[in-house]
Amino acid sequence: MIEFRDLVKSYGDRTVLGPVSGRIEEGGITSLIGPNGAGKSTLLTLLGRLAAPTSGTVLLDGTDVHRTPSAEMARRLAILRQDNHFTARVTVRELVAFGRFPHSRGRLTAEDHEHIDRALGFLDLGDLAGRYLDQLSGGQRQRAYVAMVLAQDTRYALLDEPLNNLDIKHAVRMMEQLRSAADELNKTVVLVVHDINIAAGYSDHIIALRDGAIVANGTPAELMDPDLLTRIFDTPVQVHEVDGRPLAVHHR
Amino acid sequence: MLRRLALPCAVLVVLGLVVASLLTGGYDIDLHSLLHDPEARRMFLISRVPRTLALILAAAAMAVSGVIMQMLVQNRFVEPTTTGTAEWSALGVLLLTLVAPGAPVLVKMACAAVFAFVGSVLFLSLLGRLALRSQVIVPIVGIMLGAVVGAVTTYIASSANLMQTLPAWRSGGFSSVVKGTYEPLWVVGVLVVVLYAVADRITIAGLGRDMAVSLGLSYRRILYLGLAMVALATGVTSIVVGFLPFLGLVVPNLVSMVRGDDVRSNLPWAVLGGVALLTVCDLIGRTVVAPLEIPASVILGAVGAVIFLSLILRRFARGGAVHA
Ligand SMILES: Nc1ncnc2c1ncn2[C@@H]1O[C@H](COP(=O)(O)OP(=O)(O)OP(=O)(O)O)[C@@H](O)[C@H]1O
Ligand SMILES: [Mg+2]
Repeated sequence: MIEFRDLVKSYGDRTVLGPVSGRIEEGGITSLIGPNGAGKSTLLTLLGRLAAPTSGTVLLDGTDVHRTPSAEMARRLAILRQDNHFTARVTVRELVAFGRFPHSRGRLTAEDHEHIDRALGFLDLGDLAGRYLDQLSGGQRQRAYVAMVLAQDTRYALLDEPLNNLDIKHAVRMMEQLRSAADELNKTVVLVVHDINIAAGYSDHIIALRDGAIVANGTPAELMDPDLLTRIFDTPVQVHEVDGRPLAVHHR
Repeated sequence: MLRRLALPCAVLVVLGLVVASLLTGGYDIDLHSLLHDPEARRMFLISRVPRTLALILAAAAMAVSGVIMQMLVQNRFVEPTTTGTAEWSALGVLLLTLVAPGAPVLVKMACAAVFAFVGSVLFLSLLGRLALRSQVIVPIVGIMLGAVVGAVTTYIASSANLMQTLPAWRSGGFSSVVKGTYEPLWVVGVLVVVLYAVADRITIAGLGRDMAVSLGLSYRRILYLGLAMVALATGVTSIVVGFLPFLGLVVPNLVSMVRGDDVRSNLPWAVLGGVALLTVCDLIGRTVVAPLEIPASVILGAVGAVIFLSLILRRFARGGAVHA
């Protein structure tokens, strides 16, 4: 379980998040939704120890993520940021193999190679494994990053907009993978997602943020409320039932 | 099959260059006189062997420094002479000479390395403060910073009449290297071994701070370790032979173009490439105006500048990549 208490993040005298408190139960998928600038990425990077909070604490299964040695943390929690740029030229396979670093410290075992191959397969990267990242399309690159996180094989995985740049097929496929990781391997996945219907369709739990505060927190059924969504996104949203599932519609 | 043979072939080529370097020079030394003339053998061991060893070690030092810096700074165009690191080490040596003229070479080395380290940390914090990311601006800032430090050093040296102590003034020549002067360079061998051990960490650091932290690396520690290694390599090289411009830039870039940036598997290629380039430059410098000699660094500077420019132009040709 990830538990965060009174988290605040400020830049100078501008507070962009908090104070927020809450918990993310073990197992299952939790999605963070909300408009641009709501503080979703900020919250995720604080939970994933990439940034230090101005105040407040984050406990992962009882230990403070900001005080636990990074190497130990990396075997329990993996995080992928929204934007990833680097100038180093590495191949897809090399990148995914680095996901095993927390476990093998660079000496890859047969088990590591299994994890790497499985992650490449899950994300449909088999044919691209030998390509350099700078020779890939945006969506292919995004899949490579997610494959690296899957190869890291941690109980907790935090992914900031993993569906960025993905076509429908790969978006659905990735969500199915994450779903089965949660159901079959009891992994805890936290996502930032912009598509409300994807969030509702695949999550167990949704946290909605707006202006640095948590404005709603509940099951997809509870969140799929036209008035609530309209308020969160400042845009008229209707919810229709299609095949017995709620579907948010925000266009004419 | 071809891939398997590539490395042994490269080793053979470099060995050939090394033998050519050993057999080139002022005194009449060839295979025949080496076998029959004890005086020739003595000269060979006192001057030729140390000179060639210094060449190999200095080349390795600069190539390895370039690899480390380019990964840590995430910029293709940084190396000790485009970040001011080398100039800082020269300033360190000069100040030490002012304070303690007779200091042993190990103290000099340490002092040069400490200054180089402080200089690189200053450079990095300047980049952080200016939020500079542009691939091309970063080395320009570094070169300017180096020029300022170099000017201060030259000013102090000329007013204290110490110009001849300056590594920059000695400008990367190997002609004065004899037995007894090159030995500090052996520390480079140690550095190469250490780099091999931490190679994966350096590559991961090259993926940026956030990826490195997510993978459980102590980013700060690897950053400072890398900078310390570069500082030591630069310090010892500039004391023994002077500056070797662009080597740390050209070789890692060429290696990266062909093989990507996996530091561990690239390491032998970077070292071999560095040795090949420097040996060729040194051979050219020693033969074109024989019996006089042009310092290897001058040839290297000319060749390196051309390759540096073409690398930058390649980036411009690829468009947006310049700002990436
Ligand atoms: N380094 C920074 N300095 C100052 N303000 C920042 C910084 N990073 C983020 N912010 C501000 O914090 C707020 C929250 O940003 P955050 O990235 O968490 O939004 P988000 O919900 O992820 O939005 P998006 O959907 O656009 O990704 C924004 O108003 C942003 O401008
Ligand atoms: Mg975001």
